[in-house]
Amino acid sequence: MKNCEYQQIDPQALPTPTPTPPPHHGNDSDKKEEPKRPRRKWEVFPGKNRFYCEGRIIVARQSGVLPLTLGLILVTSGLFFIFDCPFLVKHLTSCIPVIGGVLFVFVVITLLQTSFTDPGILPRATPDEAADIEKQIDNTGNTSYRPPPRTKEVLINQQVVKLKYCFTCKMFRPPRTSHCSLCDNCVERFDHHCPWVGNCVGKRNYRFFYTFIVSLSFLTAFIFGCVTTHLALRAQGGKGLVFALQESPGSAVELVICFFSVWSILGLSGFHTYLVASNLTTNEDIKGSWSGKSGEDVTNPYSHKNIFINCCSVLCGPMPPSLIDRRGFLPTDDSAQTGGTDIEVPTLATKSEINVCTQGTKGLLESATLPPLLSTSCPQGKPQTAHTCPDSSPAVNSDPSPELSMGCGARHAASSQGDASPSRHTKACSKKSKRAALHIPNTAFDIPVSPTSPDAASFAPLH
Amino acid sequence: SRPTVFIQRDYSSGTICKFQTKFPSELESRLDKQQFEETIQTLNNLYAEAEKLGGKSYLEGCLACLTAYTIFLCMETHYEKVLKKIARYIKDQNEKIYAPRGLLLTDPIERGLRVVEITIFEDRSIGSGR
Repeated sequence: MKNCEYQQIDPQALPTPTPTPPPHHGNDSDKKEEPKRPRRKWEVFPGKNRFYCEGRIIVARQSGVLPLTLGLILVTSGLFFIFDCPFLVKHLTSCIPVIGGVLFVFVVITLLQTSFTDPGILPRATPDEAADIEKQIDNTGNTSYRPPPRTKEVLINQQVVKLKYCFTCKMFRPPRTSHCSLCDNCVERFDHHCPWVGNCVGKRNYRFFYTFIVSLSFLTAFIFGCVTTHLALRAQGGKGLVFALQESPGSAVELVICFFSVWSILGLSGFHTYLVASNLTTNEDIKGSWSGKSGEDVTNPYSHKNIFINCCSVLCGPMPPSLIDRRGFLPTDDSAQTGGTDIEVPTLATKSEINVCTQGTKGLLESATLPPLLSTSCPQGKPQTAHTCPDSSPAVNSDPSPELSMGCGARHAASSQGDASPSRHTKACSKKSKRAALHIPNTAFDIPVSPTSPDAASFAPLH
Repeated sequence: SRPTVFIQRDYSSGTICKFQTKFPSELESRLDKQQFEETIQTLNNLYAEAEKLGGKSYLEGCLACLTAYTIFLCMETHYEKVLKKIARYIKDQNEKIYAPRGLLLTDPIERGLRVVEITIFEDRSIGSGR
């Protein structure tokens, strides 16, 4: 997507009158030029997101491996249309490029929508609201004593659900909402943060994500089938496979990519189909919120108890609006959204101590949980986490492409941050799986430090 | 800043948008309990209408899926239409009921659908007949 010019930079400061807009969501440079220009809310958005086209497009701070995802899809499809389609049209049918084209368009559109749509971010509480909630919470009154984690219990469909207080957003999270530390936002119906699409997957973009992985499964399987047919036809008459590959080298590349991707993508699609049918999120499934592990009789209170209705409500339900009002104008006193960033600073001190409902020790917790996750016999390949040093390089202009050019293996989800987390070495995968089980939900900060090995075992799809 | 009452969300029916109808004590001197409950109940009903699962919303969803969701770029969704209705209702309520009593309802969408904010203004008009 193109970067539209989104603000005027002081013309005297630059040689050219039209600025090249670097993506940023800070508000420091705004204050220097044209103080009378009314500012839009996206410019002071407290989360770690980037905005393009005057706030119309929203992405997470790091684009993760989105360029890689797009690149792989474009390259594979391009090779397919160039090398395989002419031969197959001549020998089989001309439907093949048509079907391929439709699938390709579907895949790219839904991928971009997943990446650029607000996943269901909850705006942070205003200072007044936060103060009101603080009043209602019972404080022990002793400021030196670390207050206990704040939770509120609510009864939903005869099921007790604990609502946690979010220290960053200063509110009790609605049910099924989770705070993503990569984006530093609370996201409704949080599924997971997907590094492949460079965004969280939540209430508003889950249907795009699901359509993306399903159509990608079809596309990958289709290309794989076509390439196999192509090579088989060429190798007929005793000419051999090597001859066929020499004639059509692009097909070899496609074969490799598709062969290794199709299993993981199909597995992922199957897993998410199961989630859709039971109205679960990846987050809940991994944590085993409703599987009754603790011995109590727990059922998913959000399920409609009917597969068809569950599917319809998740995929075809009404599309909720974006709550963050990116393009709205700030009120003139400018106190609306910026309060969040001011209040954040004192909470950082308490963050690292609180082991539940916090984002401070996210990196540590994720590296603690990563090895157990790797030990599952998950056919989707090695899970990778997209964790990062929180706020370590705020001015980073993440450009993952240089890092991505390292050979067929190390897939660095958040490589642009240069995070030297100890678990990175585990990502060097021997096989090039396009859709490894990268979708690690942000359960780490909700789990009190212990690794999620019992939960990880249930991560295997199609269970 | 002015005293404010926050009506929190009621999650007892799940994740649908619904606000608590419990009458806050700070408003006792200004407003009838019935009036308040009616306002909140109507809001709840409107949000329920926006989020309702039914034939019409499924049709919209399926059509959207077939067009790879590109129709969301040009069409106003059912939810957005109801939100406009809600905005009109709140404006109407403010004009008719709340402003005369020195109160102001804030549309919950401006607070991320977290709360219904009611600002209490100093009642300078006490005693002066309305």
